[in-house]
Amino acid sequence: MAQLKTLFEKIWDAHLVGAQDDGTCLLYVDRHLVHDVTSPQAFEGLRMAGRTVRRPEATLAVPDHNVPTTDRSKGIEDAQSRIQVETLDKNARDFGITYFPMNDIRQGVVHIVGPEQGFTLPGMTIVCGDSHTATHGAFGSLAFGIGTSEVEHVLATQTLLQKPAKNMLIRVDGALPTGVTAKDLILAIIGKIGTAGGTGYVVEYAGQAIRDLSMEGRMTVCNMTIEGGARAGLIAPDETTFNYIKGRAMAPKGAVWEAAIAYWRTLRTDEGATYDTTVVIDAAEIEPTVTWGTSPEDTIGISGVVPDPTDARDEGKKKAMERALEYMGLTPGTPMASIAVDQVFIGSCTNGRIEDLRAAAAVAKGRKVAPAVGAMVVPGSGLVKEQAEAEGLDKIFLEAGFEWREPGCSMCLAMNADKLKPGERCASTSNRNFEGRQGRAGRTHLVGPEMAAAAAIAGHLTDIRKLDS
Amino acid sequence: MEKFTQFTGVAAPLPMINVNTDMIIPKQFLKTIRRSGLGKNLFDEMRYAVDGSEIADFVLNKAPYRKAGILIAGDNFGCGSSREHAPWAILDFGIRCVIAPSFADIFFNNCFKNGILPIKLEQDRVDALMAQAENGANATFTVELERQVITAPDGSEIPFDVDPFRKHCLLKGLDDIGLTMQKVEAIEDFEARQKSSQPWF
Repeated sequence: MAQLKTLFEKIWDAHLVGAQDDGTCLLYVDRHLVHDVTSPQAFEGLRMAGRTVRRPEATLAVPDHNVPTTDRSKGIEDAQSRIQVETLDKNARDFGITYFPMNDIRQGVVHIVGPEQGFTLPGMTIVCGDSHTATHGAFGSLAFGIGTSEVEHVLATQTLLQKPAKNMLIRVDGALPTGVTAKDLILAIIGKIGTAGGTGYVVEYAGQAIRDLSMEGRMTVCNMTIEGGARAGLIAPDETTFNYIKGRAMAPKGAVWEAAIAYWRTLRTDEGATYDTTVVIDAAEIEPTVTWGTSPEDTIGISGVVPDPTDARDEGKKKAMERALEYMGLTPGTPMASIAVDQVFIGSCTNGRIEDLRAAAAVAKGRKVAPAVGAMVVPGSGLVKEQAEAEGLDKIFLEAGFEWREPGCSMCLAMNADKLKPGERCASTSNRNFEGRQGRAGRTHLVGPEMAAAAAIAGHLTDIRKLDS
Repeated sequence: MEKFTQFTGVAAPLPMINVNTDMIIPKQFLKTIRRSGLGKNLFDEMRYAVDGSEIADFVLNKAPYRKAGILIAGDNFGCGSSREHAPWAILDFGIRCVIAPSFADIFFNNCFKNGILPIKLEQDRVDALMAQAENGANATFTVELERQVITAPDGSEIPFDVDPFRKHCLLKGLDDIGLTMQKVEAIEDFEARQKSSQPWF
């Protein structure tokens, strides 16, 4: 009998170029995504060593972190940001890499662009100098973030030196209740396993609630896998996956498509294969979820209250909670749904896809952003923006008082001009609530797109299920 | 990459869990196109006030730790972003070794590419070293990679584990890319196989 394998093991084994006696493996990399921030030093390294890019056609570059989300006709105002983007322009040109420059309609957040173009396909190994590369695992590809030295290694050799990870199954049984989204699900999962719960693992997500998700929802879940400590999250491909890929610019066509799909159907964990760890979640228990602190594990249902550090599991966590509450300006026992916000950010590689914008627009439609709140919608790519405008979503947002911006990472990490002022509180559809993440002394509450739109309208965090019509 | 064989330095105690790479080097310093020069901004928002003045009670601003060569921290050190600017900033400051009960995977990996030795120890051992690190000027530790031993200020020796291949590369200061380039034939074979059987790759 053939050895029973998990999905992770199948992809891993299919990409082994070689293995050393100590277990270190040389893993082939099918696709390499490159962005402005983590690549300049890698290209510089290639130049210094006189090396070339082994497979320029397997590499796709796009600037996203530094780009402005306002009028781009005058270029980038900040000199350092401009130099970094110009450096990527030059490197892509010099090394012959496929490149979507800032003013290309296909430009956007790298993890939105890859799937949108059909560059991301099931069964592939995909890397990028960015921890949210985990996003691409939604297609049943082994996708993980790497450092700049490894970016250089992949550019030069199309491989990486890796040790196999442990394998965790997160099975979400049942259906998500009404008003509960993929974002709530992944926030609840991180709350359960903790921000280091997945360290050393590749996670496979399965179960009815995962199967029921659209590709956009699956990408939201896989995207935040790194927030639970695991470098990669995987979902076995199915008809939902194939329907999403079919016809995309870089997707296989004709007879090759048929051959590909036949292979992709084999990409599932064998019945009886074993995982190192299994976590089971009951979808029915999840409610719209928000964060209260400065780690993505600091999650709570919107009906809950700010927790008390005296209930912490240990001394280290107690100190971290006290520090987080002081930073966030919150008092234990405060109802989460009473916390007023100054800003709302809808966008990012977590929630900047068309379905996210549709969901937020459905909440915004016919309503108004609260007078004291600044709210911004940043589409994940130029093509998402174009699609949203074709559907009239931009008008819904603008009429409600949201700003409608150009695509990029924007206020998810605030490397461009979009940032919180000290003390400002933001309901954000992004992925990290770390101290200073959205601007020094800024306070972030992670939420899904519907909850973000609802917070903008109510002026405070609010339960989407109770929003006044 | 600079070799790591034996290193002696003052250890700075940072008793926090989940120290993330945004804390280690905030995003405004990621706009550089170089690897060097980030040490002055290591832990920038914890180390300096908005006006640029030093925050006196942050550990790296205290006299004995201003030249720390080792950092001792809590669980899950280096979580979050993959930015290699984090180990670059640590190295540029002069820190060659980080000791913690656990590390985030990408950061851990990035350290070895830059001649930094991250050491995982059990919580009680980290607690004991942390207590000694708090002795300021007397908090000088020696880390020997060949023997895999930390010598604490009190003279006690603490053994640690390290992956044999990574140890080998650190001891010799080896460049991964150079090593992999020697396997180019195996890579070519793989590519030829994949191209014929699965052309969509």
